[in-house]
Amino acid sequence: MKPDDLHKEITPEKLYFSRRKFLALVGTVGLSAALVACGITTTPDTGTASTGSLVTDTPVPDILTPLDTITHYNNFYEFSTDKGSVADLAVNYKTEPWTLEIAGLVEHPGKISVSDLMKTYPAEERIYRLRCVEGWSMVIPWNGFALHKLLSDVGVKDSAKYVKFTGPDDPANLPGQNSAFYTWPYTEGLRLDEANHDLTILATGLYGKILPPQDGAPIRLVVPWKYGFKSIKSIVKIELVADQPPTFWNLLAPDEYGFYSNVNPNVPHPRWSQATERRIGELKRRQTYIFNGYGEQVAYLYDGMDLVKNY
Amino acid sequence: MNRVKTKLFPQWLIHLAALTPLLWLAGVFLIDGWGINPIQYLEKRSGDYALVLLLASLACTPLRFITNSARFTQFRKPLGLYAFAYAALHLLLFVGLDYGFTWDEIIPLVLNKTYLWFGLAAFVLLLLLAVTSTQGWQRRLKKNWQRLHTLVYLTGGLVVLHFALSIKGNIFKLSGEVFWPLISMIVLSILLLIRLKPIRSALRRLHR
Ligand code: HEM
Repeated sequence: MKPDDLHKEITPEKLYFSRRKFLALVGTVGLSAALVACGITTTPDTGTASTGSLVTDTPVPDILTPLDTITHYNNFYEFSTDKGSVADLAVNYKTEPWTLEIAGLVEHPGKISVSDLMKTYPAEERIYRLRCVEGWSMVIPWNGFALHKLLSDVGVKDSAKYVKFTGPDDPANLPGQNSAFYTWPYTEGLRLDEANHDLTILATGLYGKILPPQDGAPIRLVVPWKYGFKSIKSIVKIELVADQPPTFWNLLAPDEYGFYSNVNPNVPHPRWSQATERRIGELKRRQTYIFNGYGEQVAYLYDGMDLVKNY
Repeated sequence: MNRVKTKLFPQWLIHLAALTPLLWLAGVFLIDGWGINPIQYLEKRSGDYALVLLLASLACTPLRFITNSARFTQFRKPLGLYAFAYAALHLLLFVGLDYGFTWDEIIPLVLNKTYLWFGLAAFVLLLLLAVTSTQGWQRRLKKNWQRLHTLVYLTGGLVVLHFALSIKGNIFKLSGEVFWPLISMIVLSILLLIRLKPIRSALRRLHR
């Protein structure tokens, strides 16, 4: 399948129509007041998001999560463990200028400023579902570019098998990093073929606007078929390595957060139901799909692997 | 019993204190509608209030030892009953609002998650204690009533475990969101330790 076939064009009218239908539906439910108050009525800023491409449909229509919701419900432990507080705490976080270091098993290691990166790799829009391991989900219109473009330009050596990502180590400006209960800085990793998959992007924007700090500015990973914590925010270093790198949540609780962490309703988590999820803004839970509904595109990466063992 | 009268803590203050969280929730609703994920917010807050009220109930006897005032004993039962009420709300929110009474999903879920076993066990005990908290049951059970109601210590332990295992991270390795579960474990331990004979008699000697 060509990468272009992956993107099913979806007109904004259809999107917003289904959204309106959804609002009408919610309006009939008793809790509508609470849901209205939680941000559903906020009109999403459509900005340049004129032609969205929604990769694969689920049987229940996917509706864009409003910008205000995406920017005020953030798991970003560098700031706070309280998802509602991150936006306020991150408001003065300096993400410009920012350099990204490319290191490890590459032909051309070095440092690149994110503004140069954005010029070299023009942003395209990718509308992805985001499924948090905690059992909630959103639909987010990212702007960014496929990671494989950068990887092919820096020349990955044959000995490289994994990509390691590292977040900032800056306790003076990241209050959450003063907590001794975590192993800072945040690290994440992908197998090289996962990193090279066209769905894997480095995002620099949201709703056609520059990424706000609470969502991982200036540059973050987005891997839509894995639980949200794999999509590391505010990346400072990308390293090509031979061995599977340690990852933040895996270090904290290895039996709960595996290296792969593919969305999988058949692998239970000790705390949350992974069989269903709450789409933020909806009252009823939705079914969770294997690989977050992107199985057609990514399942081949795991052919012959026991996904229960390699959770 | 109630020889030492203190005006410091009239009974209505207990009811006010126990109902304040509801006022607080109403206020937060008016400000931001309980945030982006209101169901999870309510689920967590109701659990917190149930735990705090249970600890407050368990603090009454130690406070009596420390202050030598029997007054505090009177607060034990209402605080315990409020703890049960918030726990019932917590459970109702989980079963009704979060999972929409989909029993075929809820039952396997509760059976599969260790932290929910502890929550369920704690709830069953709270229910038992609440039902038998009346004077009628006290008379009927006589000596056994005292014995039955020592189960509140076990309940405290189960709730704290439920909390400690409900967070992201690992309480045994002190990694992750362990701060508040740790605090509640320490508070519970202190409240239970004060009841031990040596500490109790030491406190009594102080008051002589
Ligand atoms: C069958 C009974 C129970 C069920 C099904 C239940 C369910 C839950 C769930 C699902 C959570 C996690 C919420 C989240 O992280 O999103 C939770 C957390 C909690 N529960 Fe329960 N629970 C039960 C009984 C109790 C009882 C009896 C108490 C206290 C008296 C209690 C106190 C708490 C506390 C303190 C938390 C942590 C809240 C926080 O993270 O701040 N639970 N419970």
